[in-house]
Amino acid sequence: MTSVVATNQTILVVGGGISGMTAALEAAETGKQVVLVERNPYLGGRTVQLYRYFPKMCHPTCGLEINLRRLKANPRIQVLTMAEVTGITGGKGNYSVSLKLKPRFVNENCTACGDCAQAVQTEIDDAYNYNLTKVKAAFLPSIFAYPQRYVIDPSIVGGAEGEAAKAACKYNAVDLTMKEETVTLNAGAIVWATGWKPYDAEKIVYYGYDRFPNVVTNVEFERMADPRGPTGGKILRPSDGKEAKNVAFIQCAGSRDENHLRHCSRFCCMGSLKQTHYVQEAFGDEGKSTIYYIDIRAIDRFEDFYQKVKANPNVSFVKSKVARITQDKDGNPVCNGVNTEGYLRYATAHDLVVLAVGMEPEVKGVSIPAEVMSDSSGFVMADPANAGIFGAGCATNALDVNRAVQSATAAALRAIQVVNKVARAEG
Amino acid sequence: MSNLNEQMADRYKNNFLKEIEEQAEMGEWVKMCMQCGLCSGSCPTHFHSGWDHPPQEIFMLIRAGKREEVLNSQGMYMCTSCYNCYVRCPRKVPVTHVMHGIAEYAYRIGRAPKAQPTLHLSKTFWTNATKYGRVNEVQLTQSLYFKDGIGSGIKKAMEMQKEALGLVMAGRLNPMEALGMGHKCKDVSGIHKMLAKAEELEAKNKAAKADTAGKE
Repeated sequence: MTSVVATNQTILVVGGGISGMTAALEAAETGKQVVLVERNPYLGGRTVQLYRYFPKMCHPTCGLEINLRRLKANPRIQVLTMAEVTGITGGKGNYSVSLKLKPRFVNENCTACGDCAQAVQTEIDDAYNYNLTKVKAAFLPSIFAYPQRYVIDPSIVGGAEGEAAKAACKYNAVDLTMKEETVTLNAGAIVWATGWKPYDAEKIVYYGYDRFPNVVTNVEFERMADPRGPTGGKILRPSDGKEAKNVAFIQCAGSRDENHLRHCSRFCCMGSLKQTHYVQEAFGDEGKSTIYYIDIRAIDRFEDFYQKVKANPNVSFVKSKVARITQDKDGNPVCNGVNTEGYLRYATAHDLVVLAVGMEPEVKGVSIPAEVMSDSSGFVMADPANAGIFGAGCATNALDVNRAVQSATAAALRAIQVVNKVARAEG
Repeated sequence: MSNLNEQMADRYKNNFLKEIEEQAEMGEWVKMCMQCGLCSGSCPTHFHSGWDHPPQEIFMLIRAGKREEVLNSQGMYMCTSCYNCYVRCPRKVPVTHVMHGIAEYAYRIGRAPKAQPTLHLSKTFWTNATKYGRVNEVQLTQSLYFKDGIGSGIKKAMEMQKEALGLVMAGRLNPMEALGMGHKCKDVSGIHKMLAKAEELEAKNKAAKADTAGKE
């Protein structure tokens, strides 16, 4: 059984992405007890799935490594992975939270040697790579995963493959008897940092994401550019593996659209500007990028980044929301629309089209097991009637990593104030 | 009619956006456009030479106060009501209806272009359909075929002969309609009364708008 030490002076952080990790660390480093709950088998959320950050083009592994070092050094944080909150009762200063913990089938003896994966043949969709590829059913979610422990997929437990994985382990780390657990814990304050998910591109019917193999999303493109991704960092188009040297980026794919996401997702303009660097770096002057946009929203200091991309002769900008994507006989996606600067109609073929899909709050349509308000886009809002639960990061708004961290720090401060009050009352 | 055009131009002076907002049906949506170009890109009539200004351009021209350019444009008449723009518009602007609203307003103040084919179709269809409450397809087709004279009408009719016969054989077209027979609605005088009432209300409504608008 998993044991959790928690009192009504504990801060519960739901979601172990960059926001949740930040909130947990900031609170714990002031001396508070923190329980950090994450649904995936690893921490880092969507941030670790990025190849590079804007505007400095550095790798997320760098910043995340610092956070993980802080985490490992701090005895006040207890991390629960593969855990989901199923219910919250009570009120500010005295919540009772129930959690469902899924079995990992691998215990803390694991050294991440990979022998279990060698013994297993079954493959499952690789969620870390947005299902662009497959992984063994005994897998390390990513090279950078924390905790650095393998996971065994339930599909092979109870069969010969599961037994083979167990037999292959030299450290007695595979435990096929693990069961789903339910845990209840106390908390004085809760930070809700459940993050975002990419908008379902299939819903934008006229872009044909589900019909044309060479139409991908920005998060998939991020994995394609990563040397540890499904293509080994080569920008190859899915239909025939040809190098995609002529890439189109379609902005506001879902965002700022009353039929899809009402809000501006804020990060996608910078995300696409950043991704033109990947094309340039991969193919030099042969790599051409075209950005189709309504207006480029590169706010404050990002303006410099935008101006530099604009000055690159290999990147062109077309002021137009693409009306339709078709496919020519060679399998090239063709962007159709009207360039609003001069009202010129175009039908331009590219090797690959990247849809800059927006952020949808992960909690949208999911009932949060407590009284929490949400705005018209489904983002969590501060509810004065429930002053012990605070949203952080992309659960509250469409934010880039930088702003998500700021939001998380603010949420941590509010949570600290609540548990401080509890501590004073209890003397 | 041109009188009304001058009256309106004078009343709204340099505020054509306000004129459209107050006088054209659905005109209040014009300011919601964010100029993304999705409507123009989605429009299937782009191949037609008469399509001088697509919807998004019409909206910007209105906002820029280009009264003459808009009222002289063929753009709003070219709409085929396919509703691609309407369903795709990210601001949920009812583009199709706005285009019809502007066309109707231009027609009302006597600024509709002469010999505009879709305008001709609309008028012919309306007269035909309201006569008996149901469309007389043979007479409608005839009036469209022969709109440019007898010679071209006969030529068009000969070209479509096979299709017409097919429709007749399949029971989808009644040749007796040519003589004013064929399907009608049950209560023709009832329909006429209803339409007369509707026209009376609409005229009243528009007269009131024309009287009071722009005077604040």
